[in-house]
Amino acid sequence: MKNYSVFDVIGPRMIGPSSSHTAGAARIALAARKVAHEKIKSVKFYLHGSFAQTYKGHGTDKALVGGFMGFATDDERIRNSFEIARENGLEFEFIPTNLGEERHPNTVKVVMTKYDGSTIEVIGESIGGGNIKIVGINGLDLEFTGAFSTLIVKQWDKPGAAAHITNCVAKNNINIAFMRIYREEKGENAYTIIEVDNGISDEVVKDIKLETSIIQDAFIIRL
Amino acid sequence: MNKLNFKSGRELLEKCTEKGISIAEACILREMELYGRSREEIIADMDKSYRIMRNAIERGVTEDLVSMGGLIGGEAKKLKMRRESTPPVCGSIVSKAMGAAMGVMEVNASMGLIVAAPTAGSCGILPGALITAADEFGKSDEEIVKALFSAAAIGVIITRNATVSGAEGGCQAETGAAAGMAAAGIVELMGGTPLQALDSAAICLKNIMGLICDPIAGLVEAPCQKRNAIGVANALISSELVLAGIGSIVPFDEVVQSMYEVGKRMPMELRETALGGVASSPTGCTLCSRIFK
Repeated sequence: MKNYSVFDVIGPRMIGPSSSHTAGAARIALAARKVAHEKIKSVKFYLHGSFAQTYKGHGTDKALVGGFMGFATDDERIRNSFEIARENGLEFEFIPTNLGEERHPNTVKVVMTKYDGSTIEVIGESIGGGNIKIVGINGLDLEFTGAFSTLIVKQWDKPGAAAHITNCVAKNNINIAFMRIYREEKGENAYTIIEVDNGISDEVVKDIKLETSIIQDAFIIRL
Repeated sequence: MNKLNFKSGRELLEKCTEKGISIAEACILREMELYGRSREEIIADMDKSYRIMRNAIERGVTEDLVSMGGLIGGEAKKLKMRRESTPPVCGSIVSKAMGAAMGVMEVNASMGLIVAAPTAGSCGILPGALITAADEFGKSDEEIVKALFSAAAIGVIITRNATVSGAEGGCQAETGAAAGMAAAGIVELMGGTPLQALDSAAICLKNIMGLICDPIAGLVEAPCQKRNAIGVANALISSELVLAGIGSIVPFDEVVQSMYEVGKRMPMELRETALGGVASSPTGCTLCSRIFK
């Protein structure tokens, strides 16, 4: 049972037609782009379920490209996102697919290719009202909503990782709302995802990254 | 501890009675406490949405809009044209209000800028009913923005205790919530009491209990746009009823619970899958194949 804001109910301000298939789609793509936080050469959107069936009629495709270009849900440039993306040299493609029966009916897998040829995959769900859940990064199951400022840390799964991260956060006077650690396998890659009540400064990211023996990467996502 | 929070119609009514305030005021105070924002910030934020609603209504009657699926477009203009030459059968305010609502839906369906209230599929009802009624009775922008908080309070409770999603609860959830929100806003705008506002929202939900979500081709076009028209009518009649001293026989919280239970009993074919209702009618299927060939 959640305490909704008036702006959850009268809102979002958005480009139509659908809060789940348009606004939510834009936010997923925006989140994916921010998870990549590097220049992307091309992107493939694998659409599942209802997204796959209705993406043209709902402008899901335009919304995905628009969100990927950094447009907010109420940015009217979403309608011309294809042209704008092409002008900026981004290649994009939509592939209807089946990501599995257990997947939410509004799921998209965003596969981004960087200029060095490597790829980053982000899976997101549009759960209604413009709200989203990112449920996977590079094959690892995890979860965050982007409703809060979110700190994402990629680390090696070693003792001391969690303590180091929370120390840096606490030092900078930040209150943690949600925190989870996800790991692929013991001793391998892991992600720490921290959602905070108020903002997170870049100071925290700098502090966290100082511990290079444990930390691979750290960045903030604000949708 | 959040002392200004309300989790039900009953709690909301208690707070209003205790402090001698309107639902709108209780809602603003709650938002301030829960989110640590100032009154000015919150009102300015809502005002932004109000401007977008106004703009969408305006676009509906001035522009030649066509939806992405091609099923709707031009309805607001048609209603306006007839209204300007012939007295509407349903009366002027209903014609204006439903025209406004349908116009906003046209903007939505052509990838225009709207405010989900509570959803994009019901985005015409609150602006259509509330803003038209407000204009009819010479209310100021400040009064309208305040009424949006009355509306939001209703929406917050329904979202928390039931659902405002067609996929979960059918059209009764989306357009029912929107109509209830609009009705509560109109009631407080016109000087009604918090209990009357809650009753008007309850009546709105009762009036369309069981309404399914059957979007043709799965798009937010038809019958959604016309359901926004009935949503507006629902809000207007419900607010008039309570202002005349007619209460809701079943209290708001119980009606919300009933709506939720009815929604859960709806088979998935009738909950935004386009597999039932008019979406699966012969014409519905033909249109769907045409749009997505």
